This record gives sequence, structure tokens and C-alpha cells, in this order.
Amino acid sequence: MGFYLIKRLVLMIPLFIGITIISFAVIHLAPGSPIDMATDLNPKATAEVKARMRALYGLDKPLHVQYGTWLSRLLVMDFGTSFSQDGRKVTDKIFERLPITIFINIFSLLLILTVAIPLGVLAATYKNSLFDKATTVFVFVGFAVPTFWLALLLMILFGVHLGWLPISGLKSLNYEYLPTSAQLWDRVSHLILPILLSAFGGLAGLSRYMRSNMLEVIRQDYITTAKAKGLSQRAVIFKHALRNALLPVITILGLSIPGLIGGSVIFETIFAIPGMGQLFYASVMARDYPTIMGILVIGAVLTLLGNLIADVSYALVDPRIRTT
Amino acid sequence: MSKEKNLCQAFTDQEKLRHLFWKRFRKNKLALTGAFIVIFLFFAALFAPWLSPYDPGQINIKKILQDPSAEHIFGTDQLGRDVFSRMLGGSRISLLVGFVAVGIASLIGVFLGALAGYYGRWVDNLIMRFVDIMLCFPTFFLILAVIALLEPNIWNIMIIIGITGWMSVARLVRAEFLSLKERDYAVAEKALGARDFRIIFLHILPNALAPVLVAATLGVAGAILTESALSFLGIGVQPPTPSWGNILTAGKDNIQIAWWLSLYPGLAILITVLGYTLLGEGIRDAIDPRLK
Repeated sequence: MGFYLIKRLVLMIPLFIGITIISFAVIHLAPGSPIDMATDLNPKATAEVKARMRALYGLDKPLHVQYGTWLSRLLVMDFGTSFSQDGRKVTDKIFERLPITIFINIFSLLLILTVAIPLGVLAATYKNSLFDKATTVFVFVGFAVPTFWLALLLMILFGVHLGWLPISGLKSLNYEYLPTSAQLWDRVSHLILPILLSAFGGLAGLSRYMRSNMLEVIRQDYITTAKAKGLSQRAVIFKHALRNALLPVITILGLSIPGLIGGSVIFETIFAIPGMGQLFYASVMARDYPTIMGILVIGAVLTLLGNLIADVSYALVDPRIRTT
Repeated sequence: MSKEKNLCQAFTDQEKLRHLFWKRFRKNKLALTGAFIVIFLFFAALFAPWLSPYDPGQINIKKILQDPSAEHIFGTDQLGRDVFSRMLGGSRISLLVGFVAVGIASLIGVFLGALAGYYGRWVDNLIMRFVDIMLCFPTFFLILAVIALLEPNIWNIMIIIGITGWMSVARLVRAEFLSLKERDYAVAEKALGARDFRIIFLHILPNALAPVLVAATLGVAGAILTESALSFLGIGVQPPTPSWGNILTAGKDNIQIAWWLSLYPGLAILITVLGYTLLGEGIRDAIDPRLK
């Protein structure tokens, strides 16, 4: 197991370097530069000023030199300084916003798991029943609903018409003046819609996946054997079938991380949540290269870590993987 | 003589498969619904200029944000433009983005997947590690970054969605090639001295396209969703060109007063994506019923 883990970790290094090279190239080769953005509206900005700014930001050197500098700084967790007005360190900017994004994503993953697995299992157990058909319809609609639209509708319903839930931010304006219990509810109520909605997309996918896994497993000989020796339906499904059908789900969870992180741009923009997605959107708009790079890399690292955790836990529960 | 007979046999097998395909497809109600939606939308987009009751760009200050009525069945927007006409215009954009983006993704995916599967060894390794790298990106972040850095216009959007969406196709095609290249006809062709290019693209590829068709149909759905999300965020199709996503942005801005601006474009996206998803799954089930 130790060897497997080390092998996986070593394999991550070239992947990581590849990711950084692609991000770097994409961002720096795109036409237009942050210098132009900063000086476009300033008549005093002469060519000489621009050149000085370029030198200040290190943008005058050849691309591979810039990349080398960036990478060597990265080794000591230095993402550089943001190009934006505040001129803060990129690591500070990102890490103050990372927790809320991760928090929302973890909760929506948990929600996906607790709803999608039972849904898929029941649909497979009672194949072609009314429940199965209803789930199938739900799944297809779930695939097709643009989640940002669903967010708008729920905002209209719960926020505007019913007035039950707040529709933006993390806390109310009068948060400081509320009693403790109300403060807690205030926090929770701001997170209900974002978590619900970021879970929604994954929900459909996972329950469908779970259903087809279960159907696959139920067909196996050992399930027939279990039934033949007189076990109850319950024991067959939950003890024998479910465990085996759950295995591939681990991998799917690892693979769904990029989608969740990507989705956070949309939710954080709609609900005005100060997380990583919103920061990314703002940085892209301002051509803040170091921050864009930082977030792309952190997003990719989170994905790599997610995949690693998925693979390792898969190897833990399924010994066949370790040997290959 | 016997070769001719074999050819005939192969031909009738093909016919039989096609027949089976239609037989299974026709029985699948969901798939038929999907096909119907797709065809319907195709014609709506094709005849949009003739179906629109108003000019989609016509601003009318006297009719700002009017409720749906007999005159404007989906209401009017913040500039008094007819929402129904704008949605018809938007359907053209969605369809165009969906098809071109998926076309690009399929071309790249098929090409790289075929090379990886056929040559194996270091070519395979190189291409598949590249696939792994691309799969590590939160795709939406990457698309967002590139679009905003270039310039948000419809061509850039199609290209970017295409070049960030080819990985699954490459994997599918590679898997097909791994088994197909060992088949007798491919080995025989090679023994006869055919060039690799010929074997790959003329002989193996046509047999590997079925899963690509399924992936492409589902891909259209995905591309339409991505385009609408980008336009919604204001970095997709730019107004005044109508797109379902940017009508929804107006819906968000007027969320307190104009529900119709939010409801109808979203429903249109939902139905379109549903149509392509159902059709794609239907084709898959009809090709290989075991997967159902």
C-alpha cells in the first residue's frame, strides 16, 4: 500500500507541471496585456512608462524565463503579488476566500451522496416500477436544467415571493445586532440555496450512475447465490449488492471535483458569495495574471488531491487495484 | 466467388444491424420524444426570421417590461423588445454554438484518440497524459479565463468550448481502436502494405464512430448549457445579439418585477438540452441495448 501511494504521488508531479505550463501559456499568450488595461485611460502613460511597468511586473522577459521564475517562487508557496489596485499577495487573497468555497462544495458533495445513492439503489431494486420511472424523469430533467436558471427561479420563489430565504451574501446587514441563535439561522439560511443548487447538477448524474451500477451487480452470480440460499431481499441488496455497487462511486466523486469547483463561479456570482469563484471572475475581468494563475493552479491541485484520495480509498477497499 | 459471398454477407449484416437499430429506437418513447424536440427546434431556428412576430432588435420605450399578453406572448424586456422573438433568435445561436463546438471537439478527439489507440506505446502515453492534464482543470474556469482574455464573441466561445471538450471522445475512440486494430480486416490491410493513414481513417475509423455519435449528441447538450452559462455571466454572446443566456441576465437584473424574463429562456434551454440528452441516450440504447 505504501508503494502504491508513493507511485501515485510521483505520477502527480508531471501532471502538475503540465497543468501549470498550459495555464501559463494560455494566460500569457492571450492578446492584450494588463499594462494596456492599466494605462489605456491615462494620457500621461508614455511608451517609456509602459516599458517600466512591464519590467516591474517582469512581463518584458521571454515567456520561458517568466515561467521559470514563477515556478521557482511556487516551490515556496509564493504566487506573487496581485496586479490589482490593492497590490496584495495572491496567496492571502486566495486563502481568505478558499474556505467558504470548499465548505459549500463539501456540503453539496455530502448532500449529493445522501440523496443520490438511495435514489439509485431503490430505482435499480424496483426496476421499471413507477418509482424507477419517476426517478428517470427526474434524472433527465436534472441533467438538462441550467442550474443558474434554477437558482433564479428559487430566488424569485423563496426570496421575492415567499420571503423565506435571503438571496445574496453570507450574512444580513443587521447580522451584528442579532441574538446568537438568530445569527446562526442567518448564516445557515444564506447557505441553503447555494448548497442545494450546487448539489443539484451532480445529483442527477450520480443517481443514474448508481442505478446502472446496481443493475450490473444484481445480475452477478453471487447475488443469485445469495438469493438462492434464502436471504431476504433486504440483506441481498444492502449487504451483498450495495457494497460492490458503491466501489466505482468513489472514482466518480474524485472526477466530479473539477465540475463542482467550476460551478462555484456561477453560484458565487449569482448569490454574491465572496469565495474563490467570485475572486476568479473579478481577476479575469481585471487581467490579474498572478491571481488567475494562482486560482487555476489551486483548482487543479484540489482536483489532483481529490483524484488521489479517490484512488487511494478505492485501493483500500478493493485489493485488486493495488496489485496492478 | 467466396469473397463476393462474404461481401454480400457483410452487407446484409450491416442492413440487419441498421434494421435492428431502428426497431429498438422506435420502441423507445423517450428517445422519440428527444428526436421530436431536436427536429422541432431545428426548424424553429431555421425559420426564426419568418416565425418572429417582431424584429428581435426593435427597441420600444413605451413597452418596457410588459407582462406576457396576447400581443407579446412572452412579454417584453427592459428595452421593450419582444421576448419571444428574441428567444427565436437565441435558438439559432444555441444551435450554432452547440454544433460547431461539438464538431471541433469531435475532430480533435477522434484524431488524437485514433492515433493513441492505433500506435500505442509512447504516442498513446503522450496523448493520454495530455488528456489527464486537461481533465484536471476545472473546465469552466479555463473557458472563463480564455474567453475573457480574448474577447467574448460567438466564434471564440465555440472554439474554446470545442478545445476544452474533446477528452471524453479521445478516450472512447482510443478504446475502440485498441480492439478494432486487432481485427482480421485491419491486420490483413496492414499485411497488404496499406499505409497507416489509410488503415486508420478509411478502415478502422468508420467502425469506431458509433460511440462518437452518442458522445456528440450529448455534447451538443453540454455545449448549449455552457454557452448559456457564459452568456448569463456576461462573457458569452454579447447583447444586442440575443441569446438565451443573456436574456436570463436581464431576468436576474429585473428579478423583483419581471418573472417572465427569467422563466421562458430557461425553459427553452431546459427543453433543448433535454431533447439532445434523450436523443443521445436513445441512440446509445439502440446501438447497444446491454448498456441500458
